[in-house]
This record gives sequence, C-alpha cells and structure tokens, in this order.
Amino acid sequence: MDGLTAPPPARPPAPCLLLAWGNRSRGDDALAPLLLDRIQRWLMQQPASQHCAVQCLEDQQLQVEHVLDLQGRRAVLLIDAVVGLSAPFSTMALTPCRDSSFTSHALSPQALLQVYQDVLGGVPPPCLLLGLRADQFGLDHPPTPQALADLDLAEAWLRTWVQQNAAVEAAEPGAVTQ
Amino acid sequence: MAAPDLETAAPPEGLRRVAIDPVSRVEGHGKVTLLLDEHNRVQQARLHIVEFRGFEAFIRGRPYWEVPVMVQRLCGICPVSHHLAACKALDRALGITVLPPSAEKLRRLMHYGQVLQSHALHFFHLSSPDLLFGFDSEPTRRNIVGVAQAHPDIARQGVLLRKYGQEIIRATAGKRVHGTGSVPGGMNRHLSAEDQAMLRAQADQMVQWAQGAVQLVQRLHTQNPALYDGFARSPAHLMSLVRPDGALDLYDGRLRVRSAEGALLHEQVDDQRYLDLIEEEVRPWSYMKFPYLRSLGPAAGWYRVGPLARVQNCDRIPSPLAEVERQVFVAHGQGALIDATLAYHWARMIEVLHTAEVVRELLDDPDLLAGDLLGAGQRSGEGVGIIEAPRGTLIHHYRVADDDLITHCNLIVSTTHNNQAMNEAVRAVAREQFDGREITEGLLNQIEVAIRAYDPCLSCATHAMGRMPLEVALVDADGQALDHVARSPEGHFTRLDGPLTWTV
Repeated sequence: MDGLTAPPPARPPAPCLLLAWGNRSRGDDALAPLLLDRIQRWLMQQPASQHCAVQCLEDQQLQVEHVLDLQGRRAVLLIDAVVGLSAPFSTMALTPCRDSSFTSHALSPQALLQVYQDVLGGVPPPCLLLGLRADQFGLDHPPTPQALADLDLAEAWLRTWVQQNAAVEAAEPGAVTQ
Repeated sequence: MAAPDLETAAPPEGLRRVAIDPVSRVEGHGKVTLLLDEHNRVQQARLHIVEFRGFEAFIRGRPYWEVPVMVQRLCGICPVSHHLAACKALDRALGITVLPPSAEKLRRLMHYGQVLQSHALHFFHLSSPDLLFGFDSEPTRRNIVGVAQAHPDIARQGVLLRKYGQEIIRATAGKRVHGTGSVPGGMNRHLSAEDQAMLRAQADQMVQWAQGAVQLVQRLHTQNPALYDGFARSPAHLMSLVRPDGALDLYDGRLRVRSAEGALLHEQVDDQRYLDLIEEEVRPWSYMKFPYLRSLGPAAGWYRVGPLARVQNCDRIPSPLAEVERQVFVAHGQGALIDATLAYHWARMIEVLHTAEVVRELLDDPDLLAGDLLGAGQRSGEGVGIIEAPRGTLIHHYRVADDDLITHCNLIVSTTHNNQAMNEAVRAVAREQFDGREITEGLLNQIEVAIRAYDPCLSCATHAMGRMPLEVALVDADGQALDHVARSPEGHFTRLDGPLTWTV
C-alpha cells in the first residue's frame, strides 16, 4: 500500500451511497438508522438494477474515515437527525467547508467533504444532506410520535430520490439529480 | 499527595455554587466554573461532566445475552470496549474462566483494533490540531480540516489508521456498528481468510505509520520541553491492568496501582475483587462520581488511568518496537514519573504502535481461522469484567438471576476514573492562566487542551447534541458573573451577556 489511497475494494462500490448515523437508543437520534432500515426493506422489493445501485451504511457518528466510503460514488445522501427544524425534514446540497467542529468525536458533513478534498484530492462526489426533524434524545426512549410521523414523509421523499438517482445511474452513468 | 486544591473555595460563604442544569443537555458535555475572590484570584475551579446517567438502570431486568450488544449503545466511540468488558464479566457469571485460544485471540484482535482506531482518531483528529498549530492559533484551523490542509500526510495516515482499526472491528464483530462477534462465553465467528489476507497486507504499513506518530509527538516534547513537560502538570497515582509478569496488557490482567512517586501500592489485585481496591464518592456539584483508593481515602486516593498510567505502570511492553519507545519515554522522566498532561499524547502513540504490532502478530495466527469458540463452566451468577479501554480501565460488573435477567449492574468507565485527574488539570490551567484575567478564546482553548489530553468520553450518544460545548464562567465573591463565555456546538466562541442558566 503506498499510503496515498485506501486499499482497493474487492468490487467497485455501488454508485449511490446512503450514509445514516445516529444512536438507536436515544430517542429521536434513532431516526436516521430507522429510515435506513425502511429503505433497505423497500429496496429489496425493487428491481435488482435499482437495489444493486444503492449501498446503505449506518454508523453512530460521522467520522473522518467516512471519506473513504465516499470514494467512487456518483451520488451520496447523508442522513442525520437535526434539532430545530421547522419542517418535517430538510435537504441541503453540501459543499466542502472548513469549520470549527473539532471539539467532539464527530465531524460535520461539510468538514467531511473538506477532508475528502484535502486528504484524497479531487472533488468529492455530489452530496446531499437529508435532515430529519428531531426533538428529544432520552436514553432508552423511543422516537416521539411526531418524529415518526415526520419520518413517513422523509421516507416518501427518499424513495423518490433513490428511484431518480438509481434510474439515472442506470441510464446515464455519472449523471445525478440533486 | 496533598488534598485537592481549588476544588472548594474556603471559606465558602459568599461564593455561589453552580451546577449544570440537567435538562439543558441530553448527553455529556463539559462545563468549567471558576470562582474568584474580591482580588480576582481563582478560589475554585471545577470541571462538571454528565455521563452515563441511568445506563445501569437501563441494563437491569434485561436478559444477560442482550447485554454485550446493548452496552455498545453507551458510546459511539468505544462500543467495542463495552462489548468486550460486558462479555468478560458475563464469562465469569457463567463460570467460564478460560476461553478457547481461538476465542481469546479473536477478542484480543478486536480489542487491539479498537484501541488503535480510537487512539488514531483522538490524536489525528482531536489533538494534533492543538499540538501542530499551537493553542492560540486561529480556531478555524484548529481542527482535522486544518491539519489536512497543512499536513496532508499526517491527516491521510490518521484517516487510514482509523479505517484500518474499523476494518478489524468489522471483520471480527461482523459489522461496523453494534457487532455481535463476542458473546458471553466466547465468540460466534472466526476471521475469514479473505479478511485476514486484507488486514495482513496492510499491517506493516500501519506499524510504520504508528512509529512515525510516536516520533512526531516525541519531537514536540524535545523541541519545546517547557510547554510539553510543564503544561497542566498534576502528580497522580496510576492504575492499570498488568500481566502476572508486570507487562502491559490491554485485554486482560490484574490490577496494579503505583503511587505518584513511583512506588507500588497494590499489586496483582484480582479483577473480581476490584471493590476491595476502589470506592466511588459522590460530590454534590457533579453528576459523575469520583473513584478513589480505599487504602488512601478520598482526599489522597485519587488516581489516573489510560495511556499515561499504563505506559508507566507496567514493567515492559510486550512488543519490540513499542518497548523501545517506552524506554525512551521513561528516560525522558529522568527517574521520576512523567505527570505532564500533554504526555498523554506521547504515551497514546506508543500504545498505537504497540497495538499495531500486536495486530500484525495476531494476523499470522491460524487460531483466528479455526478452532473452538465457546468455553464452558459452572454458572456462578456474578462476574466482573475489566479491560483496558482506549481511555483507561473499564469495569463492568453484573449479577444474573436464575431466570437469566440482570439484577445488578455497575459500570465504572475510564473517564470516571480520571474525573479527579481532569479536574486537577483544569485547576492547574486556572492557576497558571486565569488568575484575574479576562477569558479569551485562547485561554478557553487551553482548558480544552488539558481536558482533551485525557480523551474523555463525553460524547457517549447522540451526535446531534454531541459536540462538546464548553462554558466557562467567572463568578465573584458576591455571586455576580464577571465573565461568561461559551463555545457553541459549531465551535463558535461567544461572550455571553445573558443570565447564567445554572441552578444555584
């Protein structure tokens, strides 16, 4: 290994990546992993061309090594619980940014893209952040009813995103919608 | 050691005690309070931490076999440590004292991979910005992004070391998050030949990078000894696991305690009898307990755990390259224990090298690929599991009823062991930097630098609230806030004019 890149994966990565993070034991912090569960179940019922085009990854927190998961993707959707949203969910196109999120074990999505640019070189793949409205994070608490109702709306949006991007990917590799 | 200084102002009359409002946060974060007298001299300095509230209650009543997976949700940073400590405790509750070689080696591989990735994350992501740019550098540069820009090779190695450790966890635990590889009594999977080959192919490179990291930190110490050997010093007793021959062991062993002067206080204490050795004290101003040695009492019996303790508490490190670096480290102390807070980073990198060497050696072992995975024994219903987690000694203690439900759970996590030591580091910074001064962002960061050196696990849950907002308040003898600043979850430094949000 030359130290410049990660070891090549056994096979090319799926062109679309869904990366969700959160703690399933802390109330609304479970929203992103729960949404990923739902989408994975739904994907299994879709044509092989579609579910093979999408990889789902879950973690507890966004970390620097996730830059390696972004490599070789055509479209990336990052999914996280967000405090203070006025709508059930939000979407935001991400651009690399040097921020000050250094006092925790976690990394902001924008900083992750900056690390991609600085460490791996080149432009990161198009990334969209899907924020899920969250309110309470009590240990061993389930998500709130409101959060779960919001999640239904986010799931509908996400299914459409997957269909569009997986279809676009199949028809025209490299083209993605945002 | 002398009784803690600056913990409680004397006389306390006229000084206001402040505490974290427990509803203001849902997970651990740090808050520092400083109390001044009428001459603007610091009379009291405290680090308040919220951690693991309620988790023991969360465990009680659950079937024991669920526990090794459940406890991983304590923390997104060190889930494997909790996973393995729980399994070790439940091994004993099931009467299993010796695991089959394959199971023990697979657990050890998982654990050493976890320590490697956690240490790499801490150094390269959290601490190297302070060390490489200086405490008072531009805040927006003082993060991993800044490191990546200015030192791309270091940042790249940090990312790939971390990824390598995570891949070991995936390969041994079955998945990246909430793996199930370890079970009470042993393991439930072997390492695949494909994963073994993939990990082995990178092992030499990881050892090489780890060596470079040790030398980087060593250079920092030798280039600026006044800072690195003097910043936030606090002598402390040391506690860690060691092997019967006194060698460092991160997965299993017996407890050893060394005094701040270097003398052995307790040797080869059976892990099942940890309560004979330590006790926890509750203090009204903190949600986190304060452990201390029973033999010395709460005032003099506090100690530190983690890399700085382990590297100096052991007689040797059982891997050749790391042992060489340990000897260099010990020699730097010129016959005395090193008690400089920033030396944690040096010790931590020595451990990264050790873990990389152990992983490399283990990956050549055929027992990882085949052999019995489960032990057997006569159920006892109670067990203690102690492991050296990245941040220090981690204790899990369970009782299991005949119906297989957990009836008792006691967790003493690494950060709790270090509670007093971290407070002492904060007090050292307060004495050295804060007396009578206005709080600046640079001074605030110096407190964070001291706290960060311990790698406290303050973020054991939700990322959404999981940044470490740090507040510092100066309160005068009349209880009036003279200065109140905060770093927001986004890292912004703000001077707060509004009323304090603390209960009084």
